[in-house]
Amino acid sequence: MKLKTILMGAIATMGTAPMVFADAHEGERGRDGLVNIIYWQAPSIMNPFLSGGTKDVEAASLVLEPLMRFNETGEIVPWLVNEVPTVENGGVTEDLMQITYNITEGLTWSDGTPFTSADVKFTYDYCTAEGGGCAQATKFDGIDSVETPDDLTVVVNFSAATPYPYSAFNGAESPIIQAAQFADCLGPKAPECTDQNFMPIGTGPFVVTDFRTNDVIQLEANPNYRDPNKPAFATVTLKGGGDATAAGRAVMETGEFDYAWNLQLAPDVIASMEQGGMGVPVAGFGTLVERIMLNNTNPDPSLPDDERSVIRPHPFLSDPAVYNAMSMAIDRPLLVEVGYGQAGRVTCNWVPAPDLYASTSMTCDTQDIDGANAMLEEAGYVDTDGDGIRETPDGQPMQILYQSSTNAVRQDFQALIKDWWEQIGLGVELRNIDSSVFFGGDPGSPDTFQKFYADVEMYANNFPGTDPQAYLGNGKCDAAPTPDSQWQGENISRFCMEEYDALHDELSQTADLEERGRIARELNDMAVQNGMMIPLVDRGRLSAHANSLGGVVLNTWDSELWNAADWYRTGDNR
Amino acid sequence: MIERAANPPLPAGDPTTPDSIPRERNQWWDVWDQFRTHKGAMAGLFFLLGITLFCLIGPLLWGVDPNTLDIRNKDLRPVVNALWGVEKVSWAHPFGTDNLGRDIMAQTMQGGRISLAVGWTAMILAIVIGTFVGVIAGYFPRLDGLLMRLTDLFLALPLLPLLLVMMLLFRDPLRAAFGPEQGIFILIVIGIGITSWMQTARIVRGDVLALKEREYVLAARSIGTPSRRIITRHLLPNVLSPIMVSATLGLATAIITESAISFLGLGFPPDYPTWGKLLADAVPRMVSFPERVIWPGLAISLTVLAVNYIGDGLRDALDPRIRGT
Repeated sequence: MKLKTILMGAIATMGTAPMVFADAHEGERGRDGLVNIIYWQAPSIMNPFLSGGTKDVEAASLVLEPLMRFNETGEIVPWLVNEVPTVENGGVTEDLMQITYNITEGLTWSDGTPFTSADVKFTYDYCTAEGGGCAQATKFDGIDSVETPDDLTVVVNFSAATPYPYSAFNGAESPIIQAAQFADCLGPKAPECTDQNFMPIGTGPFVVTDFRTNDVIQLEANPNYRDPNKPAFATVTLKGGGDATAAGRAVMETGEFDYAWNLQLAPDVIASMEQGGMGVPVAGFGTLVERIMLNNTNPDPSLPDDERSVIRPHPFLSDPAVYNAMSMAIDRPLLVEVGYGQAGRVTCNWVPAPDLYASTSMTCDTQDIDGANAMLEEAGYVDTDGDGIRETPDGQPMQILYQSSTNAVRQDFQALIKDWWEQIGLGVELRNIDSSVFFGGDPGSPDTFQKFYADVEMYANNFPGTDPQAYLGNGKCDAAPTPDSQWQGENISRFCMEEYDALHDELSQTADLEERGRIARELNDMAVQNGMMIPLVDRGRLSAHANSLGGVVLNTWDSELWNAADWYRTGDNR
Repeated sequence: MIERAANPPLPAGDPTTPDSIPRERNQWWDVWDQFRTHKGAMAGLFFLLGITLFCLIGPLLWGVDPNTLDIRNKDLRPVVNALWGVEKVSWAHPFGTDNLGRDIMAQTMQGGRISLAVGWTAMILAIVIGTFVGVIAGYFPRLDGLLMRLTDLFLALPLLPLLLVMMLLFRDPLRAAFGPEQGIFILIVIGIGITSWMQTARIVRGDVLALKEREYVLAARSIGTPSRRIITRHLLPNVLSPIMVSATLGLATAIITESAISFLGLGFPPDYPTWGKLLADAVPRMVSFPERVIWPGLAISLTVLAVNYIGDGLRDALDPRIRGT
């Protein structure tokens, strides 16, 4: 009896001990020392307006903050303002033409100067300046002017009724930058402002002390952060580069790092890493879709630089018979099983969530090689010279260059899909490009996903926040990357359809939520059925954090580092 | 010195040998005899021959396409695992299969073909350039300074960044001209070749500088032999030994460099196996499927080791001062 009591006591103590540590996370700023974060795609810039890459946007979110953020449930929450402006509280006018933000009083930048409405207005001017090639320009679509009646009030006027007025200045991709710092960096001078782009002054919990492109970013706690007790960590080392495997190992097996972002690894690999016992994977489903983008322009290398991947159409990919056959030949459930396991599901949609916007009109979970072959035959694509590769009616072989970033799962997908496409008589050449280069956005490199010097390319993309209007805006003709826009722009497939643009304009004028859902679903179907992309897998986000890192809330609707100010050390080192 | 006078370095054939004296044994047999006494070199030679035959003839006998996906038979283990009761084995895939069901034996053979082909071609290219530059620089004093500064310049070039830039600049034109695999093959071979000839050039130049002051070269020159003849007749045969040694070392380096490039994911298309790429693909599952790392890793290291031993043996065998001791 006595022994039993002792044992029970011991168990009870062991059970409660971590909870005691877990609760003891209040205290002074910088009490927990250093936190190590690893992003296996190395951030190359700290200015999200000059890079569409998630790695850059998320790294910047430690420093730069938007007026409002999205929390882990996709709900919008005030961040630098007092409340979310709505029609009910008078923040948005009845005619949906104007939104007023009331900035929280007493906010300062990390250099100690006050955060004012002028900075917000400047951010708008910065991203919409002529010749700047702002990567987030779609967020500012439809804004007529930004006014600053006083230091703490921002009034945004729209050129038309805007039922979803929160795209600009909210979410990790549209943070506020300091007017004083970036004043000389407008327009074409934006990429030349190296100091500003590498070490922006922000309102966030951390400030950059050392920035090495594509390598390491050192940050320290912002001495002027609004909450005197946050952040708990005095310094942050954000290491970039390597690969997902090494990042996962570093957190879950060896414990060298505290947080690893986006571990796109095979399910069995994750499971075996978790056995290391130093950390745990966390997953969340958002809007991330692994897709194959179809090039709507001609990527022929013999074309001059200003025409390659700029002039429409593609020699054969623009034919519905071709891309429908390519989609039918793919066995999506097998891809999910091979690549993602629990962290993935089959999707036929560009916008898979939230439910209101997710189309249910298409199914694509059965493979039909014979059907695909018949479809190509019927459309006049036959193998005339007997080499196993079909030719277009005007004699061009259907040879496809299929590129993606270097990543174990993507290379497996490439091998499988190549096999299926060869079964329907397409010639497929594979190419993989280092992730830092592929997503780097460097206008000088021929290998970026924006340049799209290939016929099809595979990657994943998602949208922050819960409203897909800006994301669907990526399908508009004028968002296509071109040499004139420094190859910036989010319409990667160069999809162009008048009806689509018109319907998107209609979406941006519709207020009723149900109606918005209907239009968004229709836009989604229109894009997918007219050869913008072949959606493959709806991917959950899987990241890992050390057991000793507390406060992590995986957010698929904003930056993963959105609440880094609340992170703390639990003292639990198991 | 006396010993050397008694045994002149490789007079390349003597047409005036009288018929009455029994015909001398070809000197290569002496080299071979000496080579045979080096056990490591013999083992290396047999291994290199074996792995070359495995890669060249293997695919013809085995007949499995290395890129065939067989998803039902994925993750099979090598048959030896049956000894300790692992059940996921099949005699159809003696080395096992990878996570998409590709046969690992076929992939190892195909990968070896590429890796060895890259190694040999790059080595030959480097040797040809290196010997040419070395002989010219050593023989013609006027060109010496220029060529040696050029060598310094190339020595200063870092291989990986250079290859990255070459990839960027020449990939598309080469791909258009020779197709994706041939184009990259040419690019990698040239990349490795033009960054590894410098050591050979330096060694050859040094030897030529010493040799061209020797009596028989002076004698040849005094009777009006043209430079071309002196080089091919007297100099080249005498620098053969350092050239062959640096050739073996060059082969090893080229195989390793190709593996490193593939390992970094920069080289061939992803569905084109080389030993380096097989290794890179296997790393994420190293813990559960160690054999996938071991096969290509072993192939790379043993080939390189074998080649190094052959080089060592050749160096001994080609040196007349050691031979016969």
